[in-house]
Amino acid sequence: MVAVRSWGRLSADDHDLRILAERPLAHLPREPGQHGLAFGMGRSYGDVCLNPGGALWSLRGLDRFIAWDEATGELTCEAGMLLRDIQRTFVPRGWMLPVTPGTQLATVGGAIANDVHGKNHHGNGSFGDHVQELRLLRTDGLSIRCGPQLHPDWFAATVGGLGLTGVVTQATLRLRRVPGAWLDTETLPYGSLGEFFALADASEAGWEHTVSWIDCLSGARAGATRGIFLRANAAAPEFQHGAAPKDRQRTVPFAPPVSLVNRLSLRPFNAAYYHLNRRRAGRALQHYEPFSYPLDNLQEWNRIYGRRGFYQYQCVVPRPHGPDAVGALLREITASGQGSFLGVLKTFGDRESVGLLSFPQPGVTLALDFPNLGDRTLRLFDRLDAVVAEAGGRLYPAKDARMPRALFEAGYPKLAQFLPYRDPNIRSAMSRRLMGD
Amino acid sequence: MQNNNNASNAPQTLVIVGATSLIAQHCARQWLQAGGIGRVVLVGRDAARLQGVADDLQVRQPQARIEVLAGDVTQAASIAALVQHLAAQGVPDTVLIAHGSLPDQPQCQSDLASAEQAMVVNGLSPVLCAEAFAGAMQVAGRGTIGIIGSVAGDRGRKSNYVYGAAKGLVERYAEGLQHRLAATNVKVVLVKPGPTDTPMTAHLKARGAKLASVEQVAQAVVRGMARGTPVVYAPAKWALIMAVIRNLPRMVFHKMDI
Repeated sequence: MVAVRSWGRLSADDHDLRILAERPLAHLPREPGQHGLAFGMGRSYGDVCLNPGGALWSLRGLDRFIAWDEATGELTCEAGMLLRDIQRTFVPRGWMLPVTPGTQLATVGGAIANDVHGKNHHGNGSFGDHVQELRLLRTDGLSIRCGPQLHPDWFAATVGGLGLTGVVTQATLRLRRVPGAWLDTETLPYGSLGEFFALADASEAGWEHTVSWIDCLSGARAGATRGIFLRANAAAPEFQHGAAPKDRQRTVPFAPPVSLVNRLSLRPFNAAYYHLNRRRAGRALQHYEPFSYPLDNLQEWNRIYGRRGFYQYQCVVPRPHGPDAVGALLREITASGQGSFLGVLKTFGDRESVGLLSFPQPGVTLALDFPNLGDRTLRLFDRLDAVVAEAGGRLYPAKDARMPRALFEAGYPKLAQFLPYRDPNIRSAMSRRLMGD
Repeated sequence: MQNNNNASNAPQTLVIVGATSLIAQHCARQWLQAGGIGRVVLVGRDAARLQGVADDLQVRQPQARIEVLAGDVTQAASIAALVQHLAAQGVPDTVLIAHGSLPDQPQCQSDLASAEQAMVVNGLSPVLCAEAFAGAMQVAGRGTIGIIGSVAGDRGRKSNYVYGAAKGLVERYAEGLQHRLAATNVKVVLVKPGPTDTPMTAHLKARGAKLASVEQVAQAVVRGMARGTPVVYAPAKWALIMAVIRNLPRMVFHKMDI
């Protein structure tokens, strides 16, 4: 048994870690009566990737490319493939993943199971929108090929299906052409939520990537929420040159006894970040890696939240309620004095996700990290939940470690449709918490 | 692909024996990414599994010619035939001998056939492969042979001395081959990885052991072979650890449970 933590480091429970290395994978190793769960990079924040006391099937060894079609951009690879490997192999050839989350250090299988989204959701949707086909291995040995056309019911259950329908062993993704690795970016400071929404509305049509950092403690006075709006497009071919940034890997060496993100550090850091970027306002040419994955060079950055770990709270609320709900959430957070260096605020596009349990839906999404201060933090989340529920929103399971079952059921009305597709021998800490087993 | 003059910009031919090993796969990825490799031949027992590796490498580097050559690398006669077949198409510039399997020590003690098998796969076979290529390379007057040994070969320990003995054999052999080829342009590099995070060591990881990443070890192999370093510990800290273990007085060593 090995103690396994997820990215939020909230727990370190024992798991029977099995490395799946057999190729092609024909069965899932399991003791009689034991439940298993696929595990990739463990970048999910909460408990969606954990299965305390049960088996964890590590797919990181299954990381081979299988086929590539230059004419269609279709790439078939094993599910343990890192998104970074795909990007670094194909960007120099003028192809890119159409959708990635804020880290490249996730696997293809994990990206499918959580139907991840990125800064270009308004144009490109979520990861599952670009999966042409996948193979699902069930614990009874059955292997199911599915895609948008082939067994679309299995496909809809598995994309965003939190790893509970079986183990995704390989997938065919459609990459998209890009002129190169460089982006034409623009940094725009804003001083109110109204300004944020105006910028988002004005940017969605003409800009592929949009996202904003907000100072989560600046919302005390109504209308004073400040932040930095970032938008980017692929740079024109004549600007596609220059050396890729050096891979300067740094590692946070250990988890300090208390969180470095606290009342003392929070306000000055956010203010400094805001003012620094205000001075950088304007256009710039930037390589896609630092723009899209700003934290990937700081290994184990999750340790800065100390030994008790941290939560991430990410919700989406429908657009009509967006300004009010986000304002109310920020007021609660400011009043509590908790929060992190920078929240992320972004609008989703007006499109339905593929998966029955996919997170993205039309609206606005707010994501924030919170050091684990025990009850104080959980009480704050209860207040945030109330705002989200009232606005008809939902929380992101990939980030969650504590949402109440009622909020999950209210936010994911297709849950009942999903349940029959579950593999009876696969469970996670999350499935026990939110689905009863 | 007959590049008899070793011009640095001529596409190189790379042969990997035991190409389905994870360390070997990662070495191949790094070599192909660095460029300059025109042809890769993957040698091993199982053609289907080799083809899976070949497909992966082909996607990574469409310009290179990736081939698969299946054969028994545990029999002297078939090793000689394989290498002769390869050398007839041009002596490879770089050869990595990467196969091995971590045997179950208690089983080796109770079942001589298991011990024999472990000795053959981890000791005899890599040595005979290296010997076959060394002959061809010496005639051609150039090339680099990398052999993956193990820190386990540095001192016999109760927990894995059959494996350790086989790897010790590889080390003594590599030393002699380096001596023989010292005056030539053929380089021999022995890489000794510490415990590495591969399927071979899954049970160690399950017990919570700290393992080096396979990328890290592959990087050490590729760098060591480019420089022609005679002995490479991967990661480098194992040089120090093993120096201590080798030099522990027997009285102390025998009290240790390692």
